[in-house]
Amino acid sequence: MATTFHNTLENLRATRVWKSIFRRGRAITNRTRSVAIFGNLFLHWMPVKVREKSLRVQAAYYLGSLSLLLFVILVITGVLLMFYYHPAAPKAYHDMKDLRFVVSNGVFLRNLHRIGAHLMVLLVFWHMFHVFYRGGYKPPHEFNWVVGVLLLLITLFLSYTGYLLPWDQLAFWAVTVGTNIISAMPVIGNKVRFVALGGNIVGENALLRFYVLHVVILPLLAFLLIGVHFWRVQKDGGLTLRSKENDGKN
Amino acid sequence: MSDRKPGPDVSYGTPRPELSRRDFLNEITIGALGIAGLGGAALTYQYFSPNVLFEPSTTFRAGIPNLYPVNSVTFLQEQQVYIVRTPAGFYAVSSVCTHLGCITQWKPEANIIACPCHGSKFQPNGKKLEGPAPRPLPHYAINLTADGELQVDKLQIIKVDQVLRV
Repeated sequence: MATTFHNTLENLRATRVWKSIFRRGRAITNRTRSVAIFGNLFLHWMPVKVREKSLRVQAAYYLGSLSLLLFVILVITGVLLMFYYHPAAPKAYHDMKDLRFVVSNGVFLRNLHRIGAHLMVLLVFWHMFHVFYRGGYKPPHEFNWVVGVLLLLITLFLSYTGYLLPWDQLAFWAVTVGTNIISAMPVIGNKVRFVALGGNIVGENALLRFYVLHVVILPLLAFLLIGVHFWRVQKDGGLTLRSKENDGKN
Repeated sequence: MSDRKPGPDVSYGTPRPELSRRDFLNEITIGALGIAGLGGAALTYQYFSPNVLFEPSTTFRAGIPNLYPVNSVTFLQEQQVYIVRTPAGFYAVSSVCTHLGCITQWKPEANIIACPCHGSKFQPNGKKLEGPAPRPLPHYAINLTADGELQVDKLQIIKVDQVLRV
């Protein structure tokens, strides 16, 4: 059985289609393994070698990777929720109720999205504290620390814009209070609030604006900055490792 | 023609030999892009400020004065306004808390207006008694229409001592 599988795989590797996709032989030597990483769009920014220490659980408790995993889960569940959600008052509230009580497995997806969002806020804060106490913001990681802070802000804005979308009392009053905080800004406060809400009250315009921010603009920004963040981790020499000799510096 | 006076001493400034053709074109391009960017930002801001709003009217009629007994505070929930009648006359007080915009509630047993969100308290005339609210509740302009009904304009804020005598 094992040999049959092995032979099938070898035959597949010999086909013209396979060779047109993977322009290399089997990754069995250090050189061919490096070529395998370099020649792959999705992996080319990864290091071809990692230190064993940085793969240990204690290196970062996988907090950044888990945040990414949650982001991917939120994107997938969010896109699925969009198939049943109309960003219009009062339909939005009924759609949310339908997702909970009428749509098959809707309550599972909605709660996965909702609880995943809570967990993501928790995890990115945990990740930030972990990096801070490890000294992970020190040179050469200063720029990536700033990117991380921007990602934290995007996470919070995603949470806040998503908060309005169920269009219930909690959503309405949370956004009423939040946008009144905006209007406390000197001089431009009321103008910024007017543009953010698309009016003077938390109404249909505000719902649509928050929806577009939540499902298009903020996720695209997050994708972009997550790319920079992960790429920069590799370029700055991998994860910050704690050692007694150099006090947390890499 | 030789006795012609010399023209004014025209100086075109000191030449800038360091400005090469490439630098000049770069500066022109960056300047043009900057102007276009500023214009684009202004147009974007205009685009995001709606000109027509489908929001409830800010002026409303509150019925004839006899609906409101003397020394009473009546909460009009739909308009989020208190109609207060004292022996001196009528005034209209906003029910939107000046702290963060929650809707306050009239508590007749304590003779106060209280906010359920963060505990601000006001007198029936809107004066602040307590709590995080930074300002008193504003008074809206109140008038009598030609056919004898009260009319409130929520866009016009008037002084506290202005009272509508009926």
